[in-house]
Order: sequence, then C-alpha cells, then structure tokens
Amino acid sequence: MPNLEHPAYPAATLLHLESLVPCRESQVSMLLSIFGERQQFSFPSIFIYGHTSSGKTYVMQTLLNTLQLPHVFVNCVEYFTSRLLLEEILIQLQSCSSETEQTSHVPCDNFNDFVRLFKQALASQELEDQTLYIVLDRAEQLREMEANILPAFLRLQELTDRNVTVVLLSEIVWELFRPNTGCFEPFTLYFPDYSIGHLQKILSQNHPPEYSADFYAAYINILLGVFYMVCRDLKELQHLAALNFSKYCEPVVSGEANDRDTRKLWKNIEPHLKKAMQTVYLREISSSQWERLQREDGEPGQLKGLSAHTHVELPYYSKFLLIAAYLASYNPVRTDKRFFLKHHGKIRKTNFMKKHEKTSNHLLGPKPFPLDRLLAILYSIVDNRVAPTANIFSQITSLVTLQLLTMVGHNDQLDGPRYKCTVSLDFIRAIAR
Amino acid sequence: GCFVFKPSPKKRRVSQKTVNHFGERKDDSEDTELRYVTCQSLWNEIKLETEQIQEDLNKQLFDNLVSFLRRSHSEFQEKTTEWTCQMKSREIPTAALVLGVNVTDHDLTFRSLSEVLQNNITPYIALLEAKDCPGIKNLMQKLMGQLMNCYIDVDSSEDEDYVQVSQNRIRCSMSSLINWYESVTKKTDSETPRKKRTSSSRHWQSPPVVVIFKDMESFTTKVLQDFIIISSQHIRQFPLVLIFGIATSPMIIHSLLPHSVSSLLCIELFQSLSSKEHLSTIIDKLLLTARFPFKLGEKVLQVLINIFLYHDFSVQNFIKGFQLCIVEHFYSQPLSVLCCQLVDAKKRVDSLSHNQCENIRRLPSFRRYVESQASEKQIALLTTDSYLKEIIQKLLENLHVYHENYVSVLRCLHVFTSSLPKYPLGKQIRELHCACLENQVWETEEYESSLQLARMLNKSDLVTMLQQCVEIFVSSSGKEFDKTVEKLKEFLTQFQKLEDAFQERDVSVSSQKELQKKTDLYHLQKTLLELKESRRSKKLTKFEMLRFEVVDYIDSLVRNYLVPADRKTLHEIVYFNTASVLREHLNAAPRIALHTALNNPYWYLKNQALKSDGGSISNKAPDICIVYKLHLECGRLINLVDWLEAFSTVVMAVEGPNADAASSDQVDDVIHARFIRAVSELELLGFIKPSKQKTDHVARLTWGGC
Repeated sequence: MPNLEHPAYPAATLLHLESLVPCRESQVSMLLSIFGERQQFSFPSIFIYGHTSSGKTYVMQTLLNTLQLPHVFVNCVEYFTSRLLLEEILIQLQSCSSETEQTSHVPCDNFNDFVRLFKQALASQELEDQTLYIVLDRAEQLREMEANILPAFLRLQELTDRNVTVVLLSEIVWELFRPNTGCFEPFTLYFPDYSIGHLQKILSQNHPPEYSADFYAAYINILLGVFYMVCRDLKELQHLAALNFSKYCEPVVSGEANDRDTRKLWKNIEPHLKKAMQTVYLREISSSQWERLQREDGEPGQLKGLSAHTHVELPYYSKFLLIAAYLASYNPVRTDKRFFLKHHGKIRKTNFMKKHEKTSNHLLGPKPFPLDRLLAILYSIVDNRVAPTANIFSQITSLVTLQLLTMVGHNDQLDGPRYKCTVSLDFIRAIAR
Repeated sequence: GCFVFKPSPKKRRVSQKTVNHFGERKDDSEDTELRYVTCQSLWNEIKLETEQIQEDLNKQLFDNLVSFLRRSHSEFQEKTTEWTCQMKSREIPTAALVLGVNVTDHDLTFRSLSEVLQNNITPYIALLEAKDCPGIKNLMQKLMGQLMNCYIDVDSSEDEDYVQVSQNRIRCSMSSLINWYESVTKKTDSETPRKKRTSSSRHWQSPPVVVIFKDMESFTTKVLQDFIIISSQHIRQFPLVLIFGIATSPMIIHSLLPHSVSSLLCIELFQSLSSKEHLSTIIDKLLLTARFPFKLGEKVLQVLINIFLYHDFSVQNFIKGFQLCIVEHFYSQPLSVLCCQLVDAKKRVDSLSHNQCENIRRLPSFRRYVESQASEKQIALLTTDSYLKEIIQKLLENLHVYHENYVSVLRCLHVFTSSLPKYPLGKQIRELHCACLENQVWETEEYESSLQLARMLNKSDLVTMLQQCVEIFVSSSGKEFDKTVEKLKEFLTQFQKLEDAFQERDVSVSSQKELQKKTDLYHLQKTLLELKESRRSKKLTKFEMLRFEVVDYIDSLVRNYLVPADRKTLHEIVYFNTASVLREHLNAAPRIALHTALNNPYWYLKNQALKSDGGSISNKAPDICIVYKLHLECGRLINLVDWLEAFSTVVMAVEGPNADAASSDQVDDVIHARFIRAVSELELLGFIKPSKQKTDHVARLTWGGC
C-alpha cells in the first residue's frame, strides 16, 4: 500500500491521516497531489463519486480537518434551494477561520451576489493566500436548482478569480450531471466499493474497550459471513454489529465459553444473526425493540413485524369499489360485456383469444379506466341496487387519498377522471374474502 | 378529504333567531322555546358522554405512546459515552400509528393526542398535513412556523423580542431550527428557579420535538425522504420524534420510503382501537341505556348503522347523524317537549296546553290505547284534559319502566345469542336491538332457531351465561328483577346440585362395575343391552330437563319485556322514526337530484305552469331545462347548430303558428343568446365539454356518453 507522502505537510500528520482512512490511501494520495501546497492553485472543480457509504464524505472531512485546510462543507439536501445553499456557504465562510460567532447574515439571492459577497468574505477572512475548498455533498440535488448553479460552481475559480476549489460528492456518475448546454468538465475521481476484506478491517478497527481486538475481529468475521450477502453498507453493518455484540458476549460473560472458543460462540450467535437479518435489518421491528428483546431474552416471534399487519378493514362499498377498480384495471374493456352482462353473446372461440392469454395482464400492470366504467362494474357486482349517492363518490376520492387508487392524467375533475388501481392481487383476495 | 364530512344542515348558533326558527314550520307548534332548550341540554349531555367515551378508548393507546416518547430519547441522554451507543447509528424514533380508514375521526384523535403530549412530554409539537407540504420547503416553513409559535404559546407574552425574530422571515433551514431549539432550551435553564421547577416537573431539560404526519399516505416520497435525511443528520443536537398517522397498513412506510431511508428510522407500531368497536361502545352507552330519554327508531338506527358500515366507518359521522336525529325530532314533533327526564316530564305534563293535549289525542299509539279502554273512560280521555294528563303521567312512567327493563333483558338475551354457533340473531348487540325494535322478536324464525340451539348448550356454558345474566340483572336499575334474580340463582343451585349428584352416581356406577366384573360374559352382554335399552327409552336426564326450563324461562322474559317499542303507548314522544328525512340529509344523491331538477323543474319550483305530463318539453320551463332535455336525446357528440334549431323550435312553439314562419329561417338574436347562456350553464355543471374532434360540436360527459 502506498504510504502518503507530500512535501507540504509534516510526516506525522500524514501518518495520522493514514490511520484514519483505512483502505482509502490511494484516493487520498491522489487528492493530495491534486491539492498541492496550501498556496498553490488547485484544479477548479473535482467530482467524486461512488456507491453509498464508500467513504466519500468521511474521507473528505477527515482530510480537510486533519490537514487544517480552510474549507466549507455543505449538504445539498439540507439546503434545498439555491438561496439557502449560497447563504449557508457564506455563513460558514464567515465563521471559517476566525472563531467569532456569525454576524448578521446577508441576503444572497443569485449567483452574481454570491460572487461579490464571496470575494468580500475572502478578503475579510484573509484567506486569499491559500486554497479554499467548498465541498458540496449530495451534489445530485444541484441539478434540481436553477440551471446556472451547477456550471457556475464548476467555474467558481474563474468567476471569482480567487484560489478556490469546488468538490462535488455524489452517488451517481458525472454523465448524468452534464447539462446539455455544456460546461467546464471537472476532474472526476471514483471511490470503489469496499471489498469484504476492507469491511472486515474497518469494522474491526473500532473494538469496544472491554474486549480484545482479536475477539472483536472474530465477531465481525461471523457477522460479515451472515450479512455480506445482503448488505454492504458500512454504516448499517456497524449498527448491526453494535446491536448484536452483547448477545455474542453472553457465553463469555456467563463463563460458559472463553473468548478463544470461536466455534461455541459461532453456534450461539449464528441463528440469532439470521433472525436479525429477517427482522431488524428490514426494519420490521425497530432496533430498540430488538435490544429490549435481547435483554429480556424473549422470542422475537412474539413481536409482530410491520408486514404482519397487512390487513386493511374497509367499509362495505369501499371493498366493492376497490374490487371493481381492480377488475377494471386488469381486464380489457371488451371482456366487460362477457363478464358482467347476464345475456352476453356467444363466446367466440378464436386464435385471437389464445394469443392474448399468453401475456398475463398482471405482468403488464394496471391500466387506467374512466369513472363510468368503474361505476358500471360496481353496479353489476353488488347484489342489491346501489344508489349513486354522494357517499359512494366520496369513497372513490378517499380511496385515492389512501393510495389504493390513483388518479391518472390531468386534474380536470369534470373531464371524466381516469383512475388506476394500485393494490396487489393478494390484497384484493384478502378483501374479497 | 376522505369520507367527506357533511355538516348537518341545521347548524345552530345559540341565538333567539334560531329559537324562533325552530317553531316556524307548523302553525300549531307549541312550546318551541322549551323544546329548543331541552334539545340543547340533551345534546350537550350526549356530547360530553361521547367525548368521555372517546377519551377512555384512546387512553391505552396514548399511554403507550407517551411511554414510547419518554423512552425514545432518554436512552441517549443517559449513556452517551458507552461504546455501543457511539457505534450505533442514531435512528430517529418513529411511532407508526395505525388509525384505520375512518379518516374523518383522525382529526379528533390527533387533537387529543397533541393535548396529551403537551401535558406530559413536550411543548414542541408540530402537526403536518400532506396538503400543506407539496415540497420540502413548504414542510420546513410549516414546521418552523408551528414550533416557534408553540414556544410563544407556552411562555405567554414575556419575550416580545422573540416574537419579532420569528416574524422576520428567518431562513427556513434545519440549522436555524437547531439554533432556535438551543436558545429555547437554554432559556428555560436560565429562568428563575421557581419557574424552572414548575416547568421541569412537566417536561425534562431538553424535551423532544414531536412532528406528527397526519396522513402519511398522501405525502410524496421525496418530501418525506428529504426531511428524514436532513433531520437524521442533526438528530444529536435536535431530539426529534416522528409520528406517522397511517390509515391503511404499516406496509405503506416501506412502499413510500426506500430502505436507505427507512434504515434511518427506529419504527415502533401502535394500533388504535378499530372504529367498529368504538361504535359498539357508543351504541352501548348512548342507546342501550335508560339514561337518555331520546331514542332512535329501528329504521333510523338502521340507516345510521348502514352509513357507518357501508360507507365510511366514521364514528364522528355517526354521532353527527345522531345529533341530526335529535334536532329533527325536537324540531318536528311538538310533543317532544315531554322527551326529558321522567321527573321533569311529569311536571311538564301538568302545564300542557289544550292544543298539546289534542296533539296527544292524535297520536296513533294513543288512539289504540283509547280504543282498548272502556267506553266511559274513552270519553273522559277524549274530553277532559286533566284526566288525560293524569293518564299521560302514568303512561310515561310505564314507558320509562319499559326502557329500564328492556335494556337488561336485551343484554341478557344477547349473552345467550352471542355464544351460539353461526349467530342466528347476530353477533353484536346492536343487531339484536334492531331485531327487537323491528317487530316481536319471538315470532321470527331466527329466534326460533336460536332457542333450538340454546337447548343444546353444554352445562358449563349455560352456567357461566346464567351467572352473567344474574350480574346484569343485579346491576340493572329495573325494580322488577328481584324475582328474576332469585329464579336464576335457583337455577344455578340446581345445576350445582346436579353436579354433586352426578359425582355421587359416578361412585355408584363404579361399584356396579365391580359387581359386573364377577359375572360371566353372557351376563355382561345382557346387562349392557339392558343399559342401552334404558338409555334410549329414558327421554330426558335431569340436566336436560333443567336446561329446558332455563331456556323457557329466558323465553318468557323475552316475551314479557322485549315488546317492540312501537307497540307502546306514547312511544312517538321519545322515538325518532322518520328515516326518510335522515336518509335525504345524510345520503345525498347529487346526480339524481340534478337530473330531477333539470328534467322535472316542477319538483323543485312548484310552479303550476311547469306541471308537465310525461316526456313532452314545455316551453315555459327554464332555458337550461329545455337544453338539457334536448341534449338527452343526442349521442356522444352534439351538433350545436342542430341543438340551437331544436331549442328555438321549442321556444317558439308558444308564439307558434301566428309568428311569421318565413322569418324563422333566421334564428332570433335573443333566442340565440338564451341558448348560448343555457349551454354554457350546462358546461359549468359538467354535462358537456367542448370537443376538438369535430368543429361546432360539443361532447357529452354523462349518461350514455360512450
């Protein structure tokens, strides 16, 4: 593995940095070489992408903090409008080097103002002689702001004529960002997923103080054996590890096994972890409930998960409406006569029918249908006469608000609204019973 | 808006005017003011009762929620240094509150929930609705607005400067929210010690911030997702708790949120009582009791229950319907002035006017009563008001006693019928109640079959049922049940005796067996055959006899006490029976009403000129009716020119032949204008729309438009 080397920073700091970012040494050294020395101009914009929890945010944060580079770190989801985003950058900039509390905040409505205010801020903070880094986390949100924001950030160095580098962090590739009017191409850097070895190494690093590193590493090994197939999210794995560790330690605490007896420990924990995979990991039951179960040594069977409560009780006519909607969504219009009329004509036996039956309508998904058809089917499937009262109509709208039906197309209520049925066959079966 | 709530047509404000309005319908209306006051007080009483019921029913749920909220952030506050807590990612505690599809009721639940939380946990509560939050920006605005206002609510008007800050449009971002939270919690710390104590007794140092999403289903994925991601990043400084109000099933969380987001939540499930059970309790407490003098007739009750079961599951709507019944009853029935507590009613009888006495004499049930009396009594009843009043008092008392007994016996019968297989008389007591109100229940087939089934009950069931019945009668207010209780207790002791006897016989049988052992095979066979023979011939055991007796006794109780109310004299005073009025108000049929109005304007306008016979189109009808009738004859696309032609023909029919036929080629400008106005009115009502398929054509949108 390449050791981090850079003439501009002391070796001790670099060594410390290296210990903080395991398995990301090559990316860090790449970044360091792009950044250069403090006062040197760096590449105007850098685009870093990689899958969820591949350490993008963490690496950038530790890198900038340990080397004490001046920087601004903003999450684009949190500051959801351009105005909020730009103001936040300015506010952070004001409190960046000097520790004074933020002074009065200046309104900043567009990028033009931002450039002006940005220059002022840099001058007042005496940051002109070193590179300032602006990190925009979850940069994919930038695409939803005004069209000029993203290109302008990419060219910020040029626009402000100051020593500044913009770093964009995202989970998606640069090709999806590129505006069709063209823009300055940033330097792209890919963070690959952690391999199982990496995960093992990183997870084992933070062992609890009461237990030895080897003991914890063995535990992590078992954990990964169970969960690696379904989950590679580092954060999630860490969470699961913390949740289940007390159970792993149980035999050691009670004295049944010593901490070298891995086989015994494995036998104890493995079924437990599998159960965790079916419940906690899917958020069927919450982690606090899981912990309580562990403490009380209860069976997780007693606690029903969220998906156990699928049954929805509906009023009588709502049920029929929903069934009618389902029929209207999944049956073609021309079969209506055959299914719902008492005196339909002869069923024509043609190849045409057979050809159609090959592709199941369930695979094609629900089709929209007009309101009149829904009501016509409703009248034919309900035994007694149904008066078209306001109650029936309001039930249709309420089914829409409950997301069991969806309205399709334009919002013109008078213009014969069309609906789609969004529930599954199982749901309908349960209702029809 | 789910299961649209229609306010009852008579929204009454307490004013003299409404009192006047109350009586203006009938000329002979009497005691309007008194009726109005009685109605008001009765409704207030019932309203209080329903609120109390609601509170009791929700108590369990709210207690669970409160303890969940207490737990949710305390864990982290206590042991932040521990290793597991450092390692675990901090999830946002979330309560998934499944409330059922009766969305109209949810508002009340949420209101009382936030009240409970405000009293027990935290002053910082925000209630969010999907329709206010189409985007994350609106959500944050709404959230900050509610939270910062609630701060002002708590600390009255002390800090004027703070109000000013919140009024200046502050940046609506999470960071300003966190700043606000820090300043607020700090402030409570630095307050005067006396005040601090009072506040900390209710809330802790840093109370959680509760955000309630009222209708989870209607929120868009993006908004929820963004909000959860943002707040999960700040959960350490900003103790947030989410409550999702869910109408369908908790699976909606998983279908709305991707795993990466739902893994930020720590979801616990809470389920409210189903609205069906809620309704049962309401019916139990409001209708099956002698406490409230007002009663619902069978048809009316059936209408209300049907609306509930068939349409909305909404208890609030049921109560509103009940309210409408009360108002309608007191409004339309002059004698309803006697529909109050027995003591008051007796007093009021004394002060009845002559007109009211005549009203009473006109009641069908009273006429029936008079006819059954001796002739001199009949005359006295029909002529002497004072004698009539005396009798009325007696009859009212009878009615009251009947109600008291009715409820107890009904419950007793329900104990029996509710445990029978297949529930021939219904599982719920309300079904039984309806059946008893409808007609003499003992004449129905269902009753017969349930008696048959009751005669086959086993002993332990029978004994427990009898015990339940004894309890019901003992706790009932009826005075006639001392004997009944005695009788039932006697049955119980007899059963007990039977049991003892049975055990004894067991012993004797075993001794018999001893004897038998010694005999040879042939003899054994013989005795066995004899035994078998005797069992067949012996018709009934003691137990069976007793069982028959019990069932017969229950049957006699039913025949005595569960007489349908409309057989009772003066039942019109306390029973509201006009179901048609209720149906008209609560189960509106807009399409039908619209069609009637346009097709047969006489129905609403009551203008003799409009009285039409059959299908012909009168030219005196409003223009829109003519246009409407003409358009009914057309197909999906309507040619405007033809339509205009037809319209002018109809309108001109009056001026008809004497108007110059030559000039009719050119349509009169006024008629043209009238036609255009009528057509645009139809368009406004949604019957037609302009079509792009053909020029000069409009498309029909209703009935046979396909």
